[in-house]
Amino acid sequence: MNPLELADARPGPAFTVTFDGRAVDALPGQTVAAALWTAGVTAWRSTRGSGRPRGVFCGIGVCFDCLVTVNGVPNQRACLVPVRPGDVIRAQEGTGGTND
Amino acid sequence: MTGQPRLAVVGAGPAGLAGALAAAARGVHVTLIDAADQAGGQFFRQPATALRARRPQALHHQWRAWQRLRDGLERHVTEGRTEHLAGHHVWCAERGSAGSLMVHALRGAAQDEGVAVRADAVLLATGGYEQVLPFPGWTLPGVVTAGGAQAMLKGGLVLPGRTVVVAGTGPLLLPVATGLAAAGARVAALVESADPRELLRRAPVLASQPGKLAEGAWYAGLLLRHRVRTLARHTVVEAHGTDRLEGVTVAALDRGGRVRPGTARRIDCDTLAVGHGMLPHTDLAETLGCTLAGMAVRVDGEQRTDVPGVWAAGESTGIGGAALALAEGHIAGRSIAARLHGTEPDPRGWAPAARTRARLRTFFAAADSVYAPPAGWADRVGDDTVVCRCEEVTAGEIRGAVGSLGAGDLRTVKLLTRAGMGWCQGRVCAPAVAGLTGCPLNPGRRPFARPVPLGVLAALPVDHGEKD
Repeated sequence: MNPLELADARPGPAFTVTFDGRAVDALPGQTVAAALWTAGVTAWRSTRGSGRPRGVFCGIGVCFDCLVTVNGVPNQRACLVPVRPGDVIRAQEGTGGTND
Repeated sequence: MTGQPRLAVVGAGPAGLAGALAAAARGVHVTLIDAADQAGGQFFRQPATALRARRPQALHHQWRAWQRLRDGLERHVTEGRTEHLAGHHVWCAERGSAGSLMVHALRGAAQDEGVAVRADAVLLATGGYEQVLPFPGWTLPGVVTAGGAQAMLKGGLVLPGRTVVVAGTGPLLLPVATGLAAAGARVAALVESADPRELLRRAPVLASQPGKLAEGAWYAGLLLRHRVRTLARHTVVEAHGTDRLEGVTVAALDRGGRVRPGTARRIDCDTLAVGHGMLPHTDLAETLGCTLAGMAVRVDGEQRTDVPGVWAAGESTGIGGAALALAEGHIAGRSIAARLHGTEPDPRGWAPAARTRARLRTFFAAADSVYAPPAGWADRVGDDTVVCRCEEVTAGEIRGAVGSLGAGDLRTVKLLTRAGMGWCQGRVCAPAVAGLTGCPLNPGRRPFARPVPLGVLAALPVDHGEKD
């Protein structure tokens, strides 16, 4: 049993996005975080101070730990942002700015 | 007042939906504003529409209550009594010069389009969020909040990993552990720092709550069926791993909340779902100037705050679960409708909801004392443990702000250390900073409930911000 089976989900066909250049399958309706979890990726940010890895923590948009760069826009909360076909997702380093 | 009175409801969880339905049924035009794409809030969070789940109820409790709310909302929307603004993130609510209220939201894929809703009354049904107290290793990827794991499961139909430990304290851990297990995760242990049997010692409270007892028994059965090992009066003392979680060490607690020597043992897992109770969301109430009682919005018997035109219901007025939120929302909606029509509400009309509210408030007051985090938690946080996740401030720095620099309140600790100054604005670390320093935990007094693009602020009409 997996969650999709448990809820008897019949999503449309999976599409492809990239995470740091690697092709990742995603389902329509999922958030960026859900797609990355499905692909077995649990960390996609490194902290500004000590460069430690982070991923989803609160899952509801409160904590900002899951920040990610989507299509060139940094500081997107992966747990809130819906994933779209062709998205270019990059791990966010530090503040996500270009001067880090 | 001319025309139909207008109510803005912020939050489409149980409290907001109950309030919206009660008011709309009584001749009020309701604008229901919510950040999610679908109504339901966290408790009734639905799988994303495009996932086309045919059996979403498999992940849910109280499905009939949800169906009633959903059908009611659909009916009111279809018949033009209610607007549902989904995907709208409210960042501020304010009183205008003519006594009207204005709710400001962001929408759009990048949340950079400003939207303002004017109303004669506002119902704040902003819910709560989970408290997590720090321990060594809690910033490792793979450590998630219990509610977060549940939200990702209900909304995205994904699991955080294969082998999960669910830990912390509070009634939420039960549905999280059983939900993850039902969805195919191996739940290696449910680690509860309280002893739920303590609830049984509060017989008078429990006797008045047969529904809660039945719910507890139901979860106990599910835990057995999924072979989830439950460790009561245990706590996670450390999460292990370098770049991601590999296991946790758990230990038994004595009655004073201290770890019993020799009881530590390691459990391998790739996910830790952890939570230590809930805190109310009060940002909007604070901006409006509503008086708080402790960490929650203070309301009267009609769910009115002390700011004219502003009502509050659900977890924002105190943590108590979905059934309490439904009762409070219903009362608020009826009160709002009467008051906006210029009449005195008759509390006899909502007597059953008021009885439910009284019973559940009593129950959760007792549950709160049982499910308090263990007394010794702060002593186990080493000086090198990061406490403020955004600004990477350690427990040692925070202790130093009090010990060497003489800080006496959270705000001073924040100014000296940056703890609470990052993206989340202290929502995550404030309870921990308070616990580590002995400073009183008070609400954060944030002017905005979420980050706002400068362009949205710049585009506000000039007469905004006036206070009467």
